Amino acid sequence: MEDEGVTGRGIPVASARQSPAHASACASVESVFREERGRLLASLVHHFSDLDLAEDVASEAVEAALAHWPAEGVPARPGAWLLTTARRKAVDRLRRDQAYAARLAVLQVEADRAAPAPPPADAAGDLPDERLQLFFTRAHPALAAEDRTALTLRCLAGLTTPEVARALLVPAATMAQRIVRAKKKIRQARIPFRVPGADELPERLPGVLQVLYSIFTEGYAASSGPQLQRIDLAEEAIRLARILHRLMPAAREVDGLLGLMLLIHARHEARTGPDGELVLLEDQDRSRWDHTMIKEGCRLAVSALTGGPPGPYGVQAAIAALHDEAADLATTDWPQVVALYDVLLALAPSPVVELNRAVAVAMRDGPQAGLALLDALAGEPRLRGHHPYPAARGDLLHRLGRLPEAAAAYQEALDLAGTEPERAHLRRRLHTIEPPGPGDRADKTST
Amino acid sequence: MKYMLLINAGAVDENGAAAECSVEDWVTYDKEVKDAGIWVSGESLADLVTATAVRVGQDGRRTVTDGPFAESREVLGGFYVIDVPDLDVALDWAARCPGARGSGSVVVRPIAEFGV
Repeated sequence: MEDEGVTGRGIPVASARQSPAHASACASVESVFREERGRLLASLVHHFSDLDLAEDVASEAVEAALAHWPAEGVPARPGAWLLTTARRKAVDRLRRDQAYAARLAVLQVEADRAAPAPPPADAAGDLPDERLQLFFTRAHPALAAEDRTALTLRCLAGLTTPEVARALLVPAATMAQRIVRAKKKIRQARIPFRVPGADELPERLPGVLQVLYSIFTEGYAASSGPQLQRIDLAEEAIRLARILHRLMPAAREVDGLLGLMLLIHARHEARTGPDGELVLLEDQDRSRWDHTMIKEGCRLAVSALTGGPPGPYGVQAAIAALHDEAADLATTDWPQVVALYDVLLALAPSPVVELNRAVAVAMRDGPQAGLALLDALAGEPRLRGHHPYPAARGDLLHRLGRLPEAAAAYQEALDLAGTEPERAHLRRRLHTIEPPGPGDRADKTST
Repeated sequence: MKYMLLINAGAVDENGAAAECSVEDWVTYDKEVKDAGIWVSGESLADLVTATAVRVGQDGRRTVTDGPFAESREVLGGFYVIDVPDLDVALDWAARCPGARGSGSVVVRPIAEFGV
């Protein structure tokens, strides 16, 4: 069941005729529930093994909080208050529905058989933290990749279904259907709520990390739309990665992922100009980078690469760190960047990584060397339709003075780019080569 | 909870045996499933050339045809029904099934439960 009025960030705020105390209580409910939603849901799911029931009673508990807290004040342990209230409501409902209760009793016995020891309470919060189970259930390989992302945003980030739909650029009705279908599969196929054992972790953790990174990259470089970056989505991904990092302090690839996100996100202020236009790494005002964030990201990158063979996120974090620590493009440690791309290619071969390595080689050895590598990738099917490929070729051809070829490559990139700021950037590049004549429009899509 | 493991045979040799696994592999797997106490039922199907399709039209008349013959490369070759606590356990058993190797695959489907 999808009830969007009360849950997550959709909590109604106080209307004007309500007292300021009421308004502030509503604001506390909102902030508490936003923080606690994932935790609350995880505890309820762990207890009742039923996500729909958990969501229903969690919403009812928030409604109760909205009714009681303005008059009685916010309780000392709001999370525990919400959990107790939600559990009581669940028990009431189960008493009313004996058949349902019998089914749940069977489920509970089997869940206890499968996972006898309850996780210990988290000393920091006032609820035991069972969100790790939710992370793994939401990223279960038996679910479609796009459903994993949607469910993670819905259940762990606390977004409402319309917010998830907006975030993933899907119509709200479609998203609601998809979430209902995915939850039905979790329930009926009985995808378990549990943290995989140590032997399964190497197989399962990458799926969880992939979900968080795809949320982040959609925020960092939106695939379409008027805006280049969608900061809220990137920050949501970082918030989730921080939770995962707290829950799995020993997993070095989680360090690597969080570090990578922070090292990229630290540049976001400098990455767009005053009118939302794209500013390339080489033109960015590096004093506008967030140096506190860079420091934290570098610490995480170091810990990701310490104490064992590196993972792909750790290596990517190290590459991002080299960029973030350099004073400018020319003094960036390009030989080291290329070496790290070689490590990354050995760990996770991909034509996109080959492309990035070719650009780094061009910085180390000159445009001719980079262009040779790019041209070797010409037949690669996964780069077809990927606008950074012709854009990178255009840049190198431009630097080599092969202007007509550069113009053709920029034009190709322009036809493929998804966001308006990226298209505007490519039009500017194109115009530095061939200034537009009267009636001559570079953007083929608008002629 | 009961799950059906639908075993789709991959490439078969001229004798109809799957290329990637031996009869011994199947005997071993079958014994493991039964020893684990999760076996509900299971059958191996005879060769597809022995199949016959029956359809009943709106007028109640039945049509019997030879086949169907596989249009795709994957053909249902047999099944197990197992009773295990959850999908992860079912997927583990599917992964151990010889039919999952090479060009074969095992599709795991929960058995629908009606009533309580």
